[in-house]
Amino acid sequence: MYEFTHHAATSVADAVGALGEGKFLAGGQTLLPTMKQRLAMPGHLVDLGKVAELRGVEEKGDVLVVKAMTRHVEVATSALVARAVPGLEKLAGMIGDPAVRNRGTIGGSIANNDPTADYPAACLALKATIVTNTRRISADDYFTGLFSTALEDGELITAVEFPKAKLHYAKFPNPASRYAMVGVAIVKGADGVRVAVTGSGGDGVFRWSEAEAKLKADFSAGALEGMKADAAGMMSDIHGSAEYRAHLVGVMARRALSES
Amino acid sequence: MAKVSMVVNGKPVSGEVEPRTLLVHFLRETLRLTGTHVGCDTSQCGACVVHVDGAAIKSCTTLAVSCEGAHVTTIEGLAQGDRLHPMQEAFRDNHGLQCGFCTPGMIMTAVDMVNRKGNRLDETTIRHELEGNICRCTGYHNIVKAVAAGAANMPAKAAAE
Ligand SMILES: Cc1cc2nc3c(=O)[nH]c(=O)nc-3n(C[C@H](O)[C@H](O)[C@H](O)COP(=O)(O)OP(=O)(O)OC[C@H]3O[C@@H](n4cnc5c(N)ncnc54)[C@H](O)[C@@H]3O)c2cc1C
Ligand code: FES
Ligand code: FES
Repeated sequence: MYEFTHHAATSVADAVGALGEGKFLAGGQTLLPTMKQRLAMPGHLVDLGKVAELRGVEEKGDVLVVKAMTRHVEVATSALVARAVPGLEKLAGMIGDPAVRNRGTIGGSIANNDPTADYPAACLALKATIVTNTRRISADDYFTGLFSTALEDGELITAVEFPKAKLHYAKFPNPASRYAMVGVAIVKGADGVRVAVTGSGGDGVFRWSEAEAKLKADFSAGALEGMKADAAGMMSDIHGSAEYRAHLVGVMARRALSES
Repeated sequence: MAKVSMVVNGKPVSGEVEPRTLLVHFLRETLRLTGTHVGCDTSQCGACVVHVDGAAIKSCTTLAVSCEGAHVTTIEGLAQGDRLHPMQEAFRDNHGLQCGFCTPGMIMTAVDMVNRKGNRLDETTIRHELEGNICRCTGYHNIVKAVAAGAANMPAKAAAE
Protein backbone atom coordinates (compact mmCIF):
# COMPACT_ATOMS: atom_id res chain seq x y z
CA MET A 1 0.00 0.00 0.00
CA TYR A 2 1.29 3.49 -0.85
CA GLU A 3 1.46 6.34 1.68
CA PHE A 4 -1.49 8.57 2.52
CA THR A 5 -2.82 10.61 5.43
CA HIS A 6 -5.85 9.68 7.53
CA HIS A 7 -8.42 11.66 9.46
CA ALA A 8 -10.94 9.96 11.76
CA ALA A 9 -14.04 12.12 11.31
CA THR A 10 -16.26 12.79 14.32
CA SER A 11 -19.32 14.23 12.55
CA VAL A 12 -20.76 14.82 9.09
CA ALA A 13 -19.59 18.45 9.18
CA ASP A 14 -16.10 17.42 10.25
CA ALA A 15 -15.93 14.77 7.51
CA VAL A 16 -16.98 17.14 4.75
CA GLY A 17 -14.66 19.86 6.05
CA ALA A 18 -11.64 17.56 6.26
CA LEU A 19 -12.00 15.98 2.83
CA GLY A 20 -9.99 18.33 0.61
CA GLU A 21 -8.70 16.30 -2.34
CA GLY A 22 -9.18 13.08 -0.37
CA LYS A 23 -11.75 10.31 -0.37
CA PHE A 24 -14.21 9.07 2.24
CA LEU A 25 -13.39 5.69 3.76
CA ALA A 26 -16.50 3.73 4.78
CA GLY A 27 -16.13 -0.06 5.21
CA GLY A 28 -13.07 -0.08 2.98
CA GLN A 29 -14.17 -3.31 1.28
CA THR A 30 -13.91 -1.75 -2.15
CA LEU A 31 -11.71 1.28 -1.59
CA LEU A 32 -8.78 -0.45 0.15
CA PRO A 33 -8.43 -3.25 -2.46
CA THR A 34 -8.68 -0.59 -5.18
CA MET A 35 -5.93 1.46 -3.54
CA LYS A 36 -3.69 -1.59 -3.12
CA GLN A 37 -3.92 -2.05 -6.87
CA ARG A 38 -3.34 1.70 -7.44
CA LEU A 39 -6.60 1.89 -9.39
CA ALA A 40 -7.45 4.82 -7.12
CA MET A 41 -4.70 6.75 -5.36
CA PRO A 42 -6.19 9.29 -2.95
CA GLY A 43 -3.51 10.99 -0.84
CA HIS A 44 -5.90 11.50 2.06
CA LEU A 45 -8.66 9.41 3.61
CA VAL A 46 -11.47 10.69 5.79
CA ASP A 47 -12.61 7.72 7.85
CA LEU A 48 -16.36 7.67 8.54
CA GLY A 49 -16.16 4.69 10.90
CA LYS A 50 -16.61 6.68 14.09
CA VAL A 51 -19.34 9.06 12.90
CA ALA A 52 -22.25 7.97 15.10
CA GLU A 53 -24.83 10.13 13.31
CA LEU A 54 -24.27 8.09 10.11
CA ARG A 55 -25.14 4.78 11.73
CA GLY A 56 -28.44 2.93 12.16
CA VAL A 57 -31.90 2.34 10.71
CA GLU A 58 -35.13 4.11 11.62
CA GLU A 59 -38.72 4.51 10.52
CA LYS A 60 -39.92 7.95 9.43
CA GLY A 61 -43.59 7.91 8.47
CA ASP A 62 -43.90 5.77 5.39
CA VAL A 63 -40.18 5.46 4.71
CA LEU A 64 -37.38 3.34 6.10
CA VAL A 65 -34.21 5.35 6.65
CA VAL A 66 -30.95 3.44 6.42
CA LYS A 67 -28.06 5.70 7.36
CA ALA A 68 -24.98 5.60 5.19
CA MET A 69 -22.57 3.80 7.54
CA THR A 70 -25.01 1.02 8.39
CA ARG A 71 -23.17 -2.23 7.74
CA HIS A 72 -24.67 -4.95 5.55
CA VAL A 73 -24.90 -7.27 8.57
CA GLU A 74 -27.00 -4.70 10.44
CA VAL A 75 -29.51 -4.46 7.59
CA ALA A 76 -29.52 -8.25 7.18
CA THR A 77 -30.41 -8.83 10.83
CA SER A 78 -32.68 -5.84 11.51
CA ALA A 79 -36.24 -6.70 12.54
CA LEU A 80 -37.28 -3.15 11.61
CA VAL A 81 -35.94 -3.53 8.06
CA ALA A 82 -37.64 -6.91 7.68
CA ARG A 83 -40.96 -5.39 8.74
CA ALA A 84 -40.76 -2.09 6.83
CA VAL A 85 -39.22 -3.30 3.56
CA PRO A 86 -39.46 -7.09 3.67
CA GLY A 87 -36.90 -8.58 1.31
CA LEU A 88 -34.28 -5.84 1.79
CA GLU A 89 -32.83 -7.75 4.75
CA LYS A 90 -32.49 -10.84 2.55
CA LEU A 91 -30.73 -8.85 -0.16
CA ALA A 92 -28.24 -7.47 2.38
CA GLY A 93 -27.62 -11.00 3.62
CA MET A 94 -26.66 -12.10 0.09
CA ILE A 95 -23.85 -9.56 -0.29
CA GLY A 96 -20.38 -11.08 -0.40
CA ASP A 97 -19.52 -13.20 2.63
CA PRO A 98 -19.90 -12.74 6.40
CA ALA A 99 -16.65 -10.79 6.85
CA VAL A 100 -17.51 -8.43 3.99
CA ARG A 101 -21.00 -7.89 5.45
CA ASN A 102 -19.44 -7.07 8.83
CA ARG A 103 -17.54 -4.10 7.32
CA GLY A 104 -19.25 -3.04 4.10
CA THR A 105 -21.84 -0.23 4.23
CA ILE A 106 -24.84 0.84 2.18
CA GLY A 107 -23.32 4.29 1.60
CA GLY A 108 -20.11 2.80 0.25
CA SER A 109 -22.00 0.43 -2.00
CA ILE A 110 -24.26 3.12 -3.44
CA ALA A 111 -21.38 5.62 -3.85
CA ASN A 112 -19.34 3.04 -5.70
CA ASN A 113 -22.20 1.87 -7.97
CA ASP A 114 -20.48 -1.31 -9.08
CA PRO A 115 -22.52 -2.70 -12.02
CA THR A 116 -22.67 -6.05 -10.21
CA ALA A 117 -23.60 -4.75 -6.74
CA ASP A 118 -26.91 -5.62 -5.08
CA TYR A 119 -28.10 -2.42 -3.38
CA PRO A 120 -28.41 -0.38 -6.61
CA ALA A 121 -31.13 -2.79 -7.79
CA ALA A 122 -33.05 -2.37 -4.54
CA CYS A 123 -32.74 1.43 -4.68
CA LEU A 124 -33.97 1.63 -8.25
CA ALA A 125 -36.84 -0.85 -7.87
CA LEU A 126 -38.06 0.80 -4.66
CA LYS A 127 -37.42 4.30 -6.03
CA ALA A 128 -35.33 5.16 -3.00
CA THR A 129 -34.11 8.65 -2.23
CA ILE A 130 -30.38 9.13 -1.77
CA VAL A 131 -29.86 11.77 0.91
CA THR A 132 -26.57 13.67 0.92
CA ASN A 133 -25.11 16.47 3.01
CA THR A 134 -26.49 18.97 0.49
CA ARG A 135 -29.58 17.52 -1.25
CA ARG A 136 -31.97 14.66 -1.93
CA ILE A 137 -31.59 12.66 -5.14
CA SER A 138 -34.17 10.24 -6.55
CA ALA A 139 -32.74 6.84 -7.46
CA ASP A 140 -34.10 7.54 -10.96
CA ASP A 141 -31.53 10.32 -11.36
CA TYR A 142 -28.77 8.93 -9.20
CA PHE A 143 -27.28 5.92 -11.04
CA THR A 144 -25.64 7.36 -14.14
CA GLY A 145 -23.54 4.48 -15.50
CA LEU A 146 -20.67 2.13 -14.68
CA PHE A 147 -19.21 3.16 -11.33
CA SER A 148 -20.73 6.57 -11.86
CA THR A 149 -23.40 8.47 -9.94
CA ALA A 150 -24.94 11.92 -9.66
CA LEU A 151 -22.72 12.69 -6.64
CA GLU A 152 -20.54 15.80 -6.91
CA ASP A 153 -16.92 15.76 -5.74
CA GLY A 154 -16.88 15.91 -1.97
CA GLU A 155 -20.60 15.18 -1.58
CA LEU A 156 -21.34 12.80 1.29
CA ILE A 157 -24.21 10.32 1.31
CA THR A 158 -25.82 10.48 4.73
CA ALA A 159 -28.73 8.05 4.27
CA VAL A 160 -30.89 6.11 1.86
CA GLU A 161 -34.67 6.41 2.27
CA PHE A 162 -36.76 3.47 1.06
CA PRO A 163 -40.54 3.79 0.64
CA LYS A 164 -42.14 0.93 2.55
CA ALA A 165 -42.99 -1.92 0.19
CA LYS A 166 -42.16 -5.54 -0.32
CA LEU A 167 -38.99 -6.18 -2.27
CA HIS A 168 -38.75 -9.34 -4.37
CA TYR A 169 -35.13 -10.10 -5.17
CA ALA A 170 -33.32 -13.04 -6.71
CA LYS A 171 -29.63 -13.17 -7.47
CA PHE A 172 -27.43 -15.54 -9.40
CA PRO A 173 -24.09 -14.95 -7.70
CA ASN A 174 -20.81 -15.29 -9.52
CA PRO A 175 -19.59 -18.43 -7.74
CA ALA A 176 -16.12 -16.96 -7.16
CA SER A 177 -16.72 -13.32 -6.23
CA ARG A 178 -20.32 -13.57 -4.86
CA TYR A 179 -21.21 -10.39 -6.78
CA ALA A 180 -24.32 -10.65 -8.95
CA MET A 181 -23.99 -12.22 -12.40
CA VAL A 182 -27.61 -11.18 -12.57
CA GLY A 183 -29.79 -9.80 -9.81
CA VAL A 184 -33.43 -8.81 -10.36
CA ALA A 185 -35.40 -6.65 -7.92
CA ILE A 186 -39.17 -6.30 -8.34
CA VAL A 187 -41.50 -4.01 -6.43
CA LYS A 188 -45.21 -3.30 -6.69
CA GLY A 189 -45.63 -0.02 -4.85
CA ALA A 190 -47.03 3.49 -4.98
CA ASP A 191 -45.19 4.04 -8.29
CA GLY A 192 -46.63 0.95 -9.92
CA VAL A 193 -44.49 -2.03 -10.84
CA ARG A 194 -40.76 -1.46 -11.09
CA VAL A 195 -38.22 -4.07 -12.19
CA ALA A 196 -34.52 -3.29 -11.74
CA VAL A 197 -31.69 -5.45 -13.04
CA THR A 198 -28.12 -5.47 -11.76
CA GLY A 199 -25.05 -7.52 -12.66
CA SER A 200 -25.57 -7.62 -16.37
CA GLY A 201 -26.14 -4.17 -17.84
CA GLY A 202 -23.23 -2.67 -19.75
CA ASP A 203 -24.21 0.70 -18.24
CA GLY A 204 -24.91 -0.65 -14.78
CA VAL A 205 -28.28 -1.09 -13.09
CA PHE A 206 -31.30 -0.57 -15.39
CA ARG A 207 -35.08 -0.97 -15.48
CA TRP A 208 -36.63 -3.74 -17.53
CA SER A 209 -39.69 -2.05 -18.96
CA GLU A 210 -41.01 -5.03 -20.98
CA ALA A 211 -41.30 -7.03 -17.76
CA GLU A 212 -42.90 -4.08 -15.96
CA ALA A 213 -45.60 -3.89 -18.66
CA LYS A 214 -46.42 -7.59 -18.31
CA LEU A 215 -46.48 -7.43 -14.52
CA LYS A 216 -48.80 -4.44 -14.51
CA ALA A 217 -51.53 -6.67 -15.93
CA ASP A 218 -50.65 -9.76 -13.92
CA PHE A 219 -48.22 -9.53 -11.00
CA SER A 220 -46.97 -13.11 -11.02
CA ALA A 221 -44.03 -15.20 -12.16
CA GLY A 222 -46.32 -16.76 -14.76
CA ALA A 223 -46.75 -13.41 -16.51
CA LEU A 224 -43.04 -13.50 -17.36
CA GLU A 225 -43.06 -17.03 -18.75
CA GLY A 226 -40.57 -17.43 -21.59
CA MET A 227 -39.34 -13.83 -21.39
CA LYS A 228 -35.73 -12.84 -21.57
CA ALA A 229 -34.05 -9.45 -21.67
CA ASP A 230 -32.54 -7.91 -24.79
CA ALA A 231 -28.93 -9.12 -25.13
CA ALA A 232 -27.86 -5.87 -26.79
CA GLY A 233 -26.17 -3.75 -24.14
CA MET A 234 -25.53 -6.67 -21.78
CA MET A 235 -22.09 -7.28 -20.33
CA SER A 236 -20.20 -10.14 -21.89
CA ASP A 237 -17.11 -11.62 -20.26
CA ILE A 238 -15.46 -14.91 -19.29
CA HIS A 239 -18.20 -15.48 -16.72
CA GLY A 240 -21.06 -15.34 -19.19
CA SER A 241 -21.98 -14.12 -22.65
CA ALA A 242 -24.53 -11.36 -23.23
CA GLU A 243 -27.07 -13.96 -24.44
CA TYR A 244 -26.54 -16.06 -21.32
CA ARG A 245 -27.05 -13.05 -19.07
CA ALA A 246 -30.14 -11.94 -21.01
CA HIS A 247 -31.65 -15.38 -20.47
CA LEU A 248 -30.68 -15.35 -16.79
CA VAL A 249 -32.49 -12.03 -16.29
CA GLY A 250 -35.77 -13.76 -17.17
CA VAL A 251 -35.01 -16.71 -14.92
CA MET A 252 -34.10 -14.49 -11.96
CA ALA A 253 -37.16 -12.27 -12.47
CA ARG A 254 -39.45 -15.31 -12.32
CA ARG A 255 -37.54 -16.66 -9.35
CA ALA A 256 -37.82 -13.30 -7.54
CA LEU A 257 -41.61 -13.54 -7.75
CA SER A 258 -42.00 -17.24 -7.08
CA GLU A 259 -39.52 -17.55 -4.23
CA SER A 260 -39.63 -14.27 -2.32
CA MET B 1 2.86 8.32 11.96
CA ALA B 2 -0.25 7.90 14.07
CA LYS B 3 -0.63 6.40 17.50
CA VAL B 4 -3.09 3.55 17.75
CA SER B 5 -4.34 1.77 20.86
CA MET B 6 -6.46 -1.33 21.03
CA VAL B 7 -7.07 -4.36 23.20
CA VAL B 8 -5.70 -7.49 21.53
CA ASN B 9 -6.52 -10.87 23.03
CA GLY B 10 -7.41 -9.14 26.28
CA LYS B 11 -4.21 -7.08 26.58
CA PRO B 12 -4.11 -3.32 25.97
CA VAL B 13 -1.52 -2.54 23.30
CA SER B 14 -0.48 0.60 21.49
CA GLY B 15 1.96 1.47 18.78
CA GLU B 16 3.03 4.07 16.26
CA VAL B 17 1.85 3.14 12.79
CA GLU B 18 1.68 4.73 9.38
CA PRO B 19 -1.93 5.31 8.32
CA ARG B 20 -1.43 2.84 5.46
CA THR B 21 -0.67 0.00 7.89
CA LEU B 22 -3.24 -2.74 7.49
CA LEU B 23 -4.56 -4.35 10.65
CA VAL B 24 -2.97 -7.66 9.64
CA HIS B 25 0.45 -6.02 9.39
CA PHE B 26 0.03 -4.35 12.76
CA LEU B 27 -0.83 -7.74 14.27
CA ARG B 28 1.91 -9.71 12.54
CA GLU B 29 4.76 -7.22 12.36
CA THR B 30 4.30 -4.86 15.30
CA LEU B 31 2.75 -7.30 17.77
CA ARG B 32 4.44 -10.40 16.31
CA LEU B 33 1.16 -12.32 16.36
CA THR B 34 1.91 -14.32 13.23
CA GLY B 35 -0.97 -16.77 13.54
CA THR B 36 -3.10 -14.48 11.36
CA HIS B 37 -2.11 -15.14 7.75
CA VAL B 38 -2.13 -13.22 4.50
CA GLY B 39 -3.26 -15.53 1.75
CA CYS B 40 -4.39 -13.31 -1.09
CA ASP B 41 -4.18 -9.69 0.11
CA THR B 42 -7.15 -9.05 -2.21
CA SER B 43 -10.04 -9.64 0.25
CA GLN B 44 -10.99 -13.02 -1.19
CA CYS B 45 -9.50 -15.85 0.87
CA GLY B 46 -10.26 -15.21 4.54
CA ALA B 47 -6.86 -16.42 5.85
CA CYS B 48 -6.59 -13.07 7.64
CA VAL B 49 -9.93 -13.18 9.51
CA VAL B 50 -9.85 -11.86 13.08
CA HIS B 51 -12.61 -10.56 15.33
CA VAL B 52 -12.96 -6.80 15.83
CA ASP B 53 -15.46 -5.88 18.54
CA GLY B 54 -16.92 -9.36 18.25
CA ALA B 55 -17.36 -9.46 14.46
CA ALA B 56 -15.26 -11.49 12.00
CA ILE B 57 -13.49 -9.24 9.51
CA LYS B 58 -10.73 -9.50 6.94
CA SER B 59 -7.70 -7.84 8.56
CA CYS B 60 -6.04 -7.35 5.17
CA THR B 61 -8.92 -5.06 4.22
CA THR B 62 -9.01 -2.90 7.34
CA LEU B 63 -6.61 -0.16 8.40
CA ALA B 64 -5.04 -0.45 11.83
CA VAL B 65 -5.96 3.21 12.51
CA SER B 66 -9.63 2.38 11.86
CA CYS B 67 -9.45 0.00 14.85
CA GLU B 68 -8.52 2.66 17.40
CA GLY B 69 -10.09 1.66 20.71
CA ALA B 70 -11.34 -1.70 19.40
CA HIS B 71 -11.22 -5.13 21.00
CA VAL B 72 -9.45 -7.55 18.68
CA THR B 73 -9.25 -11.32 19.00
CA THR B 74 -6.82 -13.36 16.91
CA ILE B 75 -6.26 -17.09 16.68
CA GLU B 76 -3.68 -16.75 19.49
CA GLY B 77 -6.45 -15.52 21.77
CA LEU B 78 -8.63 -18.62 21.61
CA ALA B 79 -6.73 -21.25 23.61
CA GLN B 80 -6.71 -21.05 27.40
CA GLY B 81 -3.12 -21.80 28.34
CA ASP B 82 -2.43 -25.32 27.10
CA ARG B 83 -6.09 -26.09 26.53
CA LEU B 84 -7.17 -25.63 22.93
CA HIS B 85 -10.47 -23.91 22.17
CA PRO B 86 -13.19 -26.48 21.27
CA MET B 87 -13.12 -25.28 17.65
CA GLN B 88 -9.33 -25.77 17.44
CA GLU B 89 -9.71 -29.20 19.04
CA ALA B 90 -12.41 -30.11 16.51
CA PHE B 91 -10.18 -29.15 13.55
CA ARG B 92 -7.49 -31.44 14.98
CA ASP B 93 -9.88 -34.33 15.71
CA ASN B 94 -11.56 -34.17 12.30
CA HIS B 95 -8.43 -33.65 10.27
CA GLY B 96 -9.85 -30.29 9.18
CA LEU B 97 -6.54 -29.11 7.77
CA GLN B 98 -3.67 -30.17 5.59
CA CYS B 99 -1.07 -27.41 5.14
CA GLY B 100 -2.83 -25.30 7.77
CA PHE B 101 -2.45 -21.98 5.99
CA CYS B 102 -6.17 -21.26 5.84
CA THR B 103 -6.85 -22.71 9.29
CA PRO B 104 -6.59 -19.60 11.51
CA GLY B 105 -9.09 -17.79 9.30
CA MET B 106 -11.35 -20.83 9.09
CA ILE B 107 -11.40 -21.16 12.87
CA MET B 108 -12.03 -17.47 13.52
CA THR B 109 -14.86 -17.53 10.97
CA ALA B 110 -16.26 -20.71 12.54
CA VAL B 111 -16.28 -19.24 16.05
CA ASP B 112 -18.03 -16.12 14.74
CA MET B 113 -20.55 -18.38 13.00
CA VAL B 114 -21.40 -20.11 16.29
CA ASN B 115 -21.65 -16.76 18.08
CA ARG B 116 -24.28 -15.65 15.56
CA LYS B 117 -26.02 -18.88 14.63
CA GLY B 118 -25.77 -21.08 17.70
CA ASN B 119 -24.33 -24.51 18.43
CA ARG B 120 -26.33 -26.64 16.03
CA LEU B 121 -25.15 -25.95 12.51
CA ASP B 122 -26.16 -28.00 9.49
CA GLU B 123 -23.95 -28.59 6.50
CA THR B 124 -25.75 -26.12 4.23
CA THR B 125 -25.40 -23.31 6.77
CA ILE B 126 -21.73 -24.06 7.35
CA ARG B 127 -20.89 -24.14 3.65
CA HIS B 128 -22.81 -20.92 3.05
CA GLU B 129 -21.12 -19.17 5.95
CA LEU B 130 -17.67 -20.30 4.76
CA GLU B 131 -18.07 -18.57 1.39
CA GLY B 132 -15.40 -16.02 2.30
CA ASN B 133 -12.79 -18.61 3.29
CA ILE B 134 -10.79 -20.46 0.67
CA CYS B 135 -8.82 -23.66 1.25
CA ARG B 136 -6.63 -24.99 -1.52
CA CYS B 137 -5.87 -28.33 0.16
CA THR B 138 -8.70 -30.11 1.88
CA GLY B 139 -11.68 -30.01 -0.46
CA TYR B 140 -13.64 -28.62 2.52
CA HIS B 141 -15.39 -31.84 3.63
CA ASN B 142 -13.37 -32.23 6.82
CA ILE B 143 -13.51 -28.50 7.50
CA VAL B 144 -17.30 -28.67 7.41
CA LYS B 145 -17.26 -31.68 9.76
CA ALA B 146 -14.85 -29.90 12.09
CA VAL B 147 -16.98 -26.76 12.25
CA ALA B 148 -20.11 -28.79 13.09
CA ALA B 149 -18.26 -30.73 15.79
CA GLY B 150 -16.58 -27.62 17.22
CA ALA B 151 -19.90 -25.77 17.27
CA ALA B 152 -21.54 -28.61 19.18
CA ASN B 153 -18.69 -28.62 21.70
CA MET B 154 -18.63 -24.88 22.32
CA PRO B 155 -20.46 -23.76 25.45
CA ALA B 156 -24.07 -22.89 24.67
CA LYS B 157 -23.79 -19.53 26.40
CA ALA B 158 -21.41 -18.42 23.66
CA ALA B 159 -24.29 -18.47 21.22
CA ALA B 160 -25.92 -15.11 20.63
CA GLU B 161 -29.33 -16.48 19.68
C1 LIG C 1 -14.95 -10.41 -1.36
C2 LIG C 1 -15.99 -9.33 -1.61
C3 LIG C 1 -17.24 -9.69 -2.06
C4 LIG C 1 -18.21 -8.73 -2.29
N1 LIG C 1 -19.42 -9.14 -2.75
C5 LIG C 1 -20.39 -8.22 -3.00
C6 LIG C 1 -21.68 -8.62 -3.46
O1 LIG C 1 -21.98 -9.79 -3.62
N2 LIG C 1 -22.60 -7.64 -3.69
C7 LIG C 1 -22.32 -6.32 -3.48
O2 LIG C 1 -23.21 -5.50 -3.69
N3 LIG C 1 -21.13 -5.93 -3.03
C8 LIG C 1 -20.15 -6.84 -2.78
N4 LIG C 1 -18.94 -6.42 -2.30
C9 LIG C 1 -18.71 -4.98 -2.07
C10 LIG C 1 -19.14 -4.59 -0.66
O3 LIG C 1 -20.55 -4.63 -0.59
C11 LIG C 1 -18.67 -3.20 -0.26
O4 LIG C 1 -19.17 -3.03 1.00
C12 LIG C 1 -19.13 -2.03 -1.07
O5 LIG C 1 -18.85 -2.14 -2.42
C13 LIG C 1 -18.43 -0.75 -0.63
O6 LIG C 1 -18.81 -0.41 0.63
P1 LIG C 1 -17.76 0.04 1.72
O7 LIG C 1 -18.54 0.50 2.88
O8 LIG C 1 -16.77 -1.01 1.95
O9 LIG C 1 -17.12 1.33 1.03
P2 LIG C 1 -15.62 1.78 0.78
O10 LIG C 1 -14.85 0.72 0.11
O11 LIG C 1 -15.05 2.35 2.02
O12 LIG C 1 -15.88 2.99 -0.24
C14 LIG C 1 -16.28 2.78 -1.58
C15 LIG C 1 -16.38 4.12 -2.30
O13 LIG C 1 -17.49 4.87 -1.83
C16 LIG C 1 -17.09 6.13 -1.32
N5 LIG C 1 -17.95 6.38 -0.15
C17 LIG C 1 -18.09 5.55 0.92
N6 LIG C 1 -19.03 6.02 1.76
C18 LIG C 1 -19.49 7.17 1.21
C19 LIG C 1 -20.49 8.11 1.61
N7 LIG C 1 -21.21 7.96 2.73
N8 LIG C 1 -20.71 9.18 0.81
C20 LIG C 1 -20.01 9.34 -0.34
N9 LIG C 1 -19.06 8.47 -0.77
C21 LIG C 1 -18.81 7.40 0.00
C22 LIG C 1 -15.62 5.98 -1.00
O14 LIG C 1 -14.95 7.20 -1.05
C23 LIG C 1 -15.18 5.02 -2.10
O15 LIG C 1 -14.95 5.71 -3.29
C24 LIG C 1 -17.94 -7.36 -2.05
C25 LIG C 1 -16.68 -6.99 -1.58
C26 LIG C 1 -15.71 -7.96 -1.35
C27 LIG C 1 -14.37 -7.54 -0.84
S1 FES D 1 -5.48 -12.24 2.99
FE1 FES D 1 -7.23 -11.17 3.62
S2 FES D 1 -8.79 -12.12 2.49
FE2 FES D 1 -7.01 -13.14 1.75
S1 FES E 1 -5.28 -26.62 4.65
FE1 FES E 1 -3.99 -25.82 3.12
S2 FES E 1 -5.13 -24.08 2.49
FE2 FES E 1 -6.51 -25.05 3.77
